[in-house]
Amino acid sequence: MPHAFDEMSSTDGAVRPAYETLQRWLAEVPQDVLDHRRKEAEFIFRRIGITFAVYGEQNAQERLIPFDIVPRILTKDEWTRLSRGLEQRVKALNMYIKDVYSKREILKAGIVPENLVYQNPAFRPEMNGQRVPHDLYVHIAGIDIVRTDPDKFYVLEDNARTPSGVSYMLENREIMLRLFPELFSMHRVAPVENYADDLLATLRSLSPHGGHEPNVVILTPGIHNSAYYEHSFLADKLGVDLVEGRDLFVKDAVVYMRTTEGPKRVDVIYRRLDDDFLDPLAFRRDSVLGVPGLMSAYQAGNVTLTNAVGTGVADDKAVYSYMPDIIKFYLGEEPLLPNVPTWRCREADHLKYVLEHLPELVVKEVHGSGGYGMLVGPASDKAQIEKFRDKLKADPANFIAQPTLALSTCPTLVEKGIAPRHVDLRPFILSGSDKVRIVPGGLTRVAMKEGSLVVNSSQGGGTKDTWVLDA
Amino acid sequence: MRIRIRHEITQRFEPGTRNMAVTVRMTPRAHEGQFILRWALDLNSDCRLHPQEDAFGNLCHTFSVDGPADHLTVCAEGEIETQDTTGIVRGTVERFPPSLFLRQTDLTEVDAALAALAADIEAPADDPLAQLHALMVKVHETVEEQDGPTLADPLSAAEAVKAGTACAGSIAHVFTAAARHLGLPARHISGYVVPEDGEEGEGEARHWAEAHVPKIGWVSFDAGRNICGTENYVRLAVGLDAVGVQALRSTGLDVEERISALDGRAPQKLAQAQSQGQN
Repeated sequence: MPHAFDEMSSTDGAVRPAYETLQRWLAEVPQDVLDHRRKEAEFIFRRIGITFAVYGEQNAQERLIPFDIVPRILTKDEWTRLSRGLEQRVKALNMYIKDVYSKREILKAGIVPENLVYQNPAFRPEMNGQRVPHDLYVHIAGIDIVRTDPDKFYVLEDNARTPSGVSYMLENREIMLRLFPELFSMHRVAPVENYADDLLATLRSLSPHGGHEPNVVILTPGIHNSAYYEHSFLADKLGVDLVEGRDLFVKDAVVYMRTTEGPKRVDVIYRRLDDDFLDPLAFRRDSVLGVPGLMSAYQAGNVTLTNAVGTGVADDKAVYSYMPDIIKFYLGEEPLLPNVPTWRCREADHLKYVLEHLPELVVKEVHGSGGYGMLVGPASDKAQIEKFRDKLKADPANFIAQPTLALSTCPTLVEKGIAPRHVDLRPFILSGSDKVRIVPGGLTRVAMKEGSLVVNSSQGGGTKDTWVLDA
Repeated sequence: MRIRIRHEITQRFEPGTRNMAVTVRMTPRAHEGQFILRWALDLNSDCRLHPQEDAFGNLCHTFSVDGPADHLTVCAEGEIETQDTTGIVRGTVERFPPSLFLRQTDLTEVDAALAALAADIEAPADDPLAQLHALMVKVHETVEEQDGPTLADPLSAAEAVKAGTACAGSIAHVFTAAARHLGLPARHISGYVVPEDGEEGEGEARHWAEAHVPKIGWVSFDAGRNICGTENYVRLAVGLDAVGVQALRSTGLDVEERISALDGRAPQKLAQAQSQGQN
């Protein structure tokens, strides 16, 4: 595997300018002080109860995501470039989804194959021909970014359904401010605290009708959901009601919330519930988490759902591989942020190449997430590769493959002191009817195991505070 | 043929239920060979009907029962004039290209037995119409239709093949699942059928399938009875499976349906309604 780019020290050992102050500080502070602070951070996380349930674990108990106290630093220039690319990408995603559910120009032009849309489990026929308020579908996007050298950022994945993780971004910053005030006084770090205001402004701007102050609620599947903490955290930060399906009802195609003062009309629902469960009259009949009749209110244009129903048609890994063409088609622009080169195993010649080069590739399931069911060629033994080969041959259309990227590393506090660990970045892009808002930074995920490239929290990854320097 | 239809559904709720949302798909659309002479929906409850069109172009109505109520009765009644089109369905409202109907659902998932069934038909692969006819025969031989319609809770295609007997809707699942598996777009149809001349029995609600044949268009296949649609068939709604065309969707308790479909030319018999329960 090629040598990974370290964001703090260049290959010649020199410290990159953005990290100079941090590096000096790290060199001066004794290890036991750092260890102590890390314990303190863990203690705070436990006390505030920010936990995360891992599906498939035996007692599925809530656990803490490891937090690394060494911040990741991006310069203002780097961030400006990134945010332009993110804005472009989300704009194209929105146009693509609108098109797929209305005129289907991109299918007629033969740019995206029909079956990738119509046979896509995330495609919702119910959304066909349906206008959504302000023609926006993906109001809250999480775009995963990786870096391989000082200048190259790639998009690794688009999350257009209900991306999570923003509560970690906010909590991480709060804890860093508490534990390391001196570090903040040495740097000019762009704030992330206004995310809640930005989100609320975005949600309000999406109201289907003007006139009165829109009533915004957050719809959660309930306390057993792995991201419940985040749902309640956001409701708290935004000052809006956190509701479950049974708290809402639909009357004459309008959504109401049951309150002690009688029914209250709901205009915007930030739903953290999958499409399948939203409305037992339109989707899964057995869903008890949703609101019966919600889709009829949505269809009548009386409520905004964020994100819109059926956005998953734009964010699976097979569609991802078409994103550069999608951007060119709708915007007539070259993508500012490139894709990682991707082989689509559904295509015979791509599949042939992938089968020949399995040991050097990363192979992922088209609809997989959380780092489950993937093959990291260079990190797998022969038996694992052969087993995966059979799986791949059995259902090629279900897989894509990418080269094993040397993800950049960042200094991270581990048992033996400070050592480089691989990282990625998930910025959150908010698209309102008025403008696009992006809080500087995002959630940096770090693979805590030496050499590991899997940063997913379900696979033992941790998080870091992400700093965008203002100067 | 002139066909008179009366379709009554009673949905029971927990006593005292308020604000119950309901969607009904009980209004047929006209197309070549099917003309709506008159059609009306009636509710026992005082509420506003919101007419909507679903993604497939079916005419739906949504409404909410204020309550407190322990049941709701919806009744659709009307008269339809039909003509025989040898099973070819033209002039329908189409919101999707045929390729959408290659999409499988939870109820049409193909398992090994179904794949084997689809592979077993004897027809040239370049003649989709022959393939579909062969498939209809095959499905008809494999799954026997049970007495009495049970449209409410049909089996999945795989379950129906395993069981060997199933209702018309489940048999339609077997047909659509296998056709899609063979790369032939197929869809699920709800409607009514009256007995052929000289045939015993009463009219009933029924599900069947349609498949798309290039250059011809959509053709109806009723694998339960091993025939293509005739003038005795009235087409109500189209979807990907039985749940997608369900006449009434709500979250109440059990449902009772009373349906009569009569040959309107015949001297008026006493409408003998058939009843069926569902959970």
